[in-house]
Amino acid sequence: MSAQTPILETKDLRCVFTVRQGLFKAKKPLAAVNGVSLQVRKGEILGLVGESGCGKSTLAKILLGLQDPTAGALLIDGKPSSSFSRIDIARRVQPIFQDPFSSLNPRKTIGDIISLPLRVHKLARRDEIRPKVLDIMDLCGLSKRFYESYPNQLSGGQRQRVAIARALIMRPELVICDEPTSALDVSVQSQILNLLTDLQKELNLTYILISHNLAVVEHMATHVAVMYLGRLVEQAPTDELFRNPRHPYTRALLDSVLTPEPGMGVPDSQLGAAFPNPIDPPRGCTFHPRCPKAMDICKQAAPTPIVSGAGADYDMVECHLYGPQEARAA
Amino acid sequence: MSRILEVENLRVDIPLESGTLHAVRDISFHVDKGETLCIVGESGCGKSLTSLALMGLLPTKAIRTANRLSLGGRDLKTLNETQMADIRGSRMAMIFQEPMTSLNPAYTIGNQLAEAMLRHRKVNPNEARERAIYLLEKVGITAAASRLGQYPHQLSGGLRQRVMIAMALMCGPDMILADEPTTALDVTIQAQILHLLANLQKEFEMGLVLITHDLGIVARVAHRVAVMYAGQIVEEGTVEDIFRRPMHPYTQGLLRCIPIPGKTARGAHLGSIPGMVPSLIGDLKGCAFANRCPHAFSDCNTTDVALRDASGGQRYRCLLSQEAATQNAREAATA
Ligand SMILES: Nc1ncnc2c1ncn2[C@@H]1O[C@H](COP(=O)(O)OP(=O)(O)OP(=O)(O)O)[C@@H](O)[C@H]1O
Ligand SMILES: Nc1ncnc2c1ncn2[C@@H]1O[C@H](COP(=O)(O)OP(=O)(O)OP(=O)(O)O)[C@@H](O)[C@H]1O
Ligand code: SF4
Ligand SMILES: [Mg+2]
Ligand SMILES: [Mg+2]
Repeated sequence: MSAQTPILETKDLRCVFTVRQGLFKAKKPLAAVNGVSLQVRKGEILGLVGESGCGKSTLAKILLGLQDPTAGALLIDGKPSSSFSRIDIARRVQPIFQDPFSSLNPRKTIGDIISLPLRVHKLARRDEIRPKVLDIMDLCGLSKRFYESYPNQLSGGQRQRVAIARALIMRPELVICDEPTSALDVSVQSQILNLLTDLQKELNLTYILISHNLAVVEHMATHVAVMYLGRLVEQAPTDELFRNPRHPYTRALLDSVLTPEPGMGVPDSQLGAAFPNPIDPPRGCTFHPRCPKAMDICKQAAPTPIVSGAGADYDMVECHLYGPQEARAA
Repeated sequence: MSRILEVENLRVDIPLESGTLHAVRDISFHVDKGETLCIVGESGCGKSLTSLALMGLLPTKAIRTANRLSLGGRDLKTLNETQMADIRGSRMAMIFQEPMTSLNPAYTIGNQLAEAMLRHRKVNPNEARERAIYLLEKVGITAAASRLGQYPHQLSGGLRQRVMIAMALMCGPDMILADEPTTALDVTIQAQILHLLANLQKEFEMGLVLITHDLGIVARVAHRVAVMYAGQIVEEGTVEDIFRRPMHPYTQGLLRCIPIPGKTARGAHLGSIPGMVPSLIGDLKGCAFANRCPHAFSDCNTTDVALRDASGGQRYRCLLSQEAATQNAREAATA
């Protein structure tokens, strides 16, 4: 594997669900992920942001092998994911989900919960399990005494640490964090973010960080991908994206961030309220009904991705405002 | 300005096998017409129980006591369940974090929106329907009329949340209690909903109590802020005072925990508040924050701490003098 090979890559990934809107209505397709191409290189933290319902969690599930894509390719270390067994994927990619309350089985001890992946995939002998678990608990700042405890005896932050320990016990290369701190209060959030930062350095981890909290994404991520209605509409290194957001949706997102500055009021994103129906997406650019800069062409033709840079400098925007010429000149 | 909500010495106690859990410990606050009070604080500090206590929706085993609980001059303590249900439907509405707690899966959105209004206001079904459509559009739901026939499970989480906000506004209440109303939503929808709440609030002079962990929201929408810790209010003041001159060590700690765009270096450690909240079962001795406080001294573990006044109506519950607290606030701001 060359240094350039992304540890994870998707090519035109799609995931279409069929849903029924009313009791007697016909089933219709809903493209939750609609042609997503991205790359994650070792040591990066890719922040994935976008409207609720735009397909972030579905994408995460595909990357974890928990949901089959309808079309497109998923490459792990440059090889098709189909050439890996479930265990191989689980060893490389692990999730941390949002809700530390419902994602832990209330009837199992913390030791059992953290060791579950080892036992499921038969990756450790019986006598190895306890020391391995205590090791990872220590790394995640969980006291040994919780080994025999149950989830309801732990605070929210401690439970999220358990979820992190459970993900890391497999020693994955890539951890997909889907809203890892949104159920937590800010004092616990800061502990968990600090822990994720330390673990990344210590274990040379790579993260995909899904979050609605753009301050958290700006703080943690090296790269950001912005998603709208199943597609990536902009990708750029973090500094670049926050300094110079190009896609009108990215701009609206950044304009909507509520920084803790009293007296500034709530910004008006000027997006309008024409929220798209994913079953019947708008023609042309799917963002056009809400876009403050929409032109005639936006109503007719879907824009194609304009790419510049490569590797860690890769950036992409998909919007008619940026013709190929301009993007190359920039 | 006139008071809409007044709360004095509210307590919520929950008897448990291991003793009585004092979840809310003598808190007092008020909200004026058109005013937004934000309540922030550690998870488990009693924020939700405070709002449920006001609504008369506490879990059955919880015991509520208060010296005063009044809404628009009406004493809520003396109301029976029917009268309270009437208040809930029309004068004081609550928006929960989890919309399915207040939406009934068996009825259409349209029926649920109209019902509250038909019961509490003299309107005909057509008027109720019109208002439902008007409010659904206001909260950003397109093709509102066609949504009226849908059931809650047919909507995404974000849509359900907006339906619930519309429902709370149906009767034009005097007071709204919102418990993490936008936590599950992305920032553009969050901004739109907060914008909407602020506008409606101004227009109809509603009082708003907004419970949130998000200090960005607090900074942008609050007029005043109450900071809770372990069932008590530990600091209260105008939003400017709380952010520019936080007097209580817990408030100072909270403000250090969040990344500030452009200020905190990428991947650098954020501030944190090590340690854990004390058990709320039984009495607390000394300051509830003492075991986590960087400024604690020996008296903090033994002396009961009362709220003390700082200038500008700001109050804080700490043994440190105003000079010492201001000094710490200054250091916290430059750290
Ligand atoms: N199993 C499923 N069957 C049908 N539709 C689904 C299914 N899972 C997700 N969807 C739909 O796919 C779309 C994307 O959902 P997804 O959960 O990926 O969004 P998300 O970006 O994670 O949203 P949020 O920020 O609210 O978590 C939504 O419209 C959702 O309703
Ligand atoms: N039905 C109940 N039985 C026993 N204890 C309860 C019950 N409801 C709440 N509590 C306890 O009362 C305390 C206050 O709970 P509350 O829900 O008000 O916290 P909160 O401030 O809203 O927290 P969060 O920010 O996590 O929502 C907590 O310690 C909680 O565990
Ligand atoms: S009273 Fe003492 S322990 Fe409590 S906040 Fe003040 S200094 Fe800290
Ligand atoms: Mg999701
Ligand atoms: Mg709560």
